Amino acid sequence: MKAERVVRGCFALSLAASVGLSLVYLAGGSRAWEGVLLAAALGGIAVGFILWATRLIDAPDNVEERREQKPGEGLGLISEVLEQSVTGVSRRKVLAGLASGAAASLGAALAIPSLSLGPQPGRSLFRTLWVPGIPAVDSEGGRVRPEDVPLSGIITVFPQGSEGAGDSQAVLLRVAPDLLSLPEARASWAPQGCLAYSKICTHAGCPVGLYRAQARELLCPCHQSTFDVLTGAAPVFGPAVRPLPQLPLAVDEDGYLVAQGDFSGPVGPSFWNVTQ
Amino acid sequence: MIRYVESRLGLDSWGRRALRKVFPDHWSFLIGEIALFCFIILVATGTFLTLFYRPDAAVVTYEGPYEPLRGQEVSAAFDSVMRLSFEVRAGLVMRQIHHWAALVFVASTVVHMCRVFFTGAFRRPRELNWIVGFTMLMLALGLGFTGYSLPDDLLSGTGLRIGYSALISIPFAGPYIASLAFGGEFPTENVISRLFVLHVMLLPGLTIALLGAHLAILWRQKHTQYRGPGRSESNVVGKGLWPYQALLSLGVMALTAAVLALMGGLVQINPIWLYGPFDATTVSAPSQPDWYMGWLDGATRLFPPWEPTVFGVTIPSMFLPAVLLPGLFFTVVALWPFIERRLTNDAAEHHLLDSPRDEPGRTALGVAGLLFFTVLTLAGGNDLIALTLDIQVESMTRFFRLAMFVVPPVGGALAYRICRQLRDSREHPLGRGSGVVLRRTEQGGFEEVPRS
Repeated sequence: MKAERVVRGCFALSLAASVGLSLVYLAGGSRAWEGVLLAAALGGIAVGFILWATRLIDAPDNVEERREQKPGEGLGLISEVLEQSVTGVSRRKVLAGLASGAAASLGAALAIPSLSLGPQPGRSLFRTLWVPGIPAVDSEGGRVRPEDVPLSGIITVFPQGSEGAGDSQAVLLRVAPDLLSLPEARASWAPQGCLAYSKICTHAGCPVGLYRAQARELLCPCHQSTFDVLTGAAPVFGPAVRPLPQLPLAVDEDGYLVAQGDFSGPVGPSFWNVTQ
Repeated sequence: MIRYVESRLGLDSWGRRALRKVFPDHWSFLIGEIALFCFIILVATGTFLTLFYRPDAAVVTYEGPYEPLRGQEVSAAFDSVMRLSFEVRAGLVMRQIHHWAALVFVASTVVHMCRVFFTGAFRRPRELNWIVGFTMLMLALGLGFTGYSLPDDLLSGTGLRIGYSALISIPFAGPYIASLAFGGEFPTENVISRLFVLHVMLLPGLTIALLGAHLAILWRQKHTQYRGPGRSESNVVGKGLWPYQALLSLGVMALTAAVLALMGGLVQINPIWLYGPFDATTVSAPSQPDWYMGWLDGATRLFPPWEPTVFGVTIPSMFLPAVLLPGLFFTVVALWPFIERRLTNDAAEHHLLDSPRDEPGRTALGVAGLLFFTVLTLAGGNDLIALTLDIQVESMTRFFRLAMFVVPPVGGALAYRICRQLRDSREHPLGRGSGVVLRRTEQGGFEEVPRS
């Protein structure tokens, strides 16, 4: 008898909470009160039903027998019916083979248009929009002089006219030129100590956005790959293997930074023919 | 009303049998039901969200009430989720309930699968339903990933980017598959609308179909049951569907919804206004995915810098941890009923469930697998742990690299020993340890007497 009163109370509480929920909504809404009142409305029903099941009704244990499923049983009957499809056919295998061949070819022909979903990758993974002589600009399109580049931070630069381009983004930073130990062929790539590397991590493609200026390391926040900017962004920790491709820089006659050409290698995460 | 339906469909005898269908009464059988209820809640809240969401990458200027982002260029998708969160009445609570329900959906599916695994419920004749359930787990992961990518915020954009890198890492086919899936080189404009159709039509449609199959097979094969008095391989003992099981399940459904409503109302989740809109040149740090993706993120963090090139063919360092590892892991899980059957040579039908201790080998393997998953998931938060404990993140990575190989076998061996001891002693792990109690004798000493 007492349990029944509690169940009644639960449903009554739920009813009241639902009315309250509607009022809160009509009064302008509130995330917290909506959640709490909805929880109360549902919770009342929940406790009510669970107590009803476990306290109010006397449900005895029932026993149900399982039907034994013996291996192979029933199969004869089904295959007998299925056989009816080939009773008048003389060369069953040929017919069945052709029918399935027709179905498979139709399936393939209908699947091929899924190639419309995207372009052939071609050489696009090996190229970016940087070309010889194109100015490096910041995200607002402003040109950059070497002395504008901070010694303790990084600027994200793009080829002029393609601000925001995903695959062409580069980090621009500056170090004292005598600290550099770039490969010999890149001696002319860093005018006045200005270095530009692809900002796309060679591991999983995240923007390499953290710069530890003291250690002169670029760090990718996704999987902690770390690159040493003095040695051509060679990886020093984490899962990345390839260095960040370097952008050869030069200074034009007006004193602004321009690219000498495209990056030193394919940007972004590796793929099977990345070295070809 | 019942009479009306009955006189037209003639379901009387079937209906009576159905209402009396026996459900074994054990709490662990309700975990799968919780997953089902989460799915229902997801469909209900998701329908509401769909009415306001715009799957559109077009650039618009945010002009809503959230001050810090006003005037910023965002995608129409992000803008619509901002509107849903700040301007649509009851929009934010629906969004948060939906996201919490998604996390609990995957969690309860995984726990349900663990229950089925550790009790051997997947054995003949239920291998088929294991495969159906496993496929639904894959769909649930797909639904989760496509769903949390839809707001087009900075965090989910990072997840998509890593997904692109995993696809492109597949030998030979990778660049083609990635280009087809994303419609070009990341980032592309098409991806939001593609994710949307996957998330609201294709994947839920498949899930509903498989859910029907899962329940139909369960109904046809009848429930498994734990050992107990009067229970045998040839019967099933429990309460009838009506009224006990039906009322109880309704109660559990309402309870699931109530807890999710409370969380949706009070506990913030996926605050996209704090992450900001997606921008190809920035990444939020630290960035962690939803919980069920964390182990793959952890695996990619731990993998050593190794990217061999053999005959001009490079195996990218993403391929092993992000493609091959989950591929192998999930293949073993999917085929486990057949693998175990091969290992034990046990092809008999089983309707009585094992206690985990009855099969120490299986239990040890399951424990090792769960520990492997746990270590990798923690490794996915190595930067957060490093920050909290004030340790170098590099040290955390080295620690987890070691733990990944040490913890699962040690834990598995420990589980094996515990199972063996429990099985031999026939004691219940949660019961009191001994069959005797100490009693004070009249002389002031102690004596052992059997527990009454």
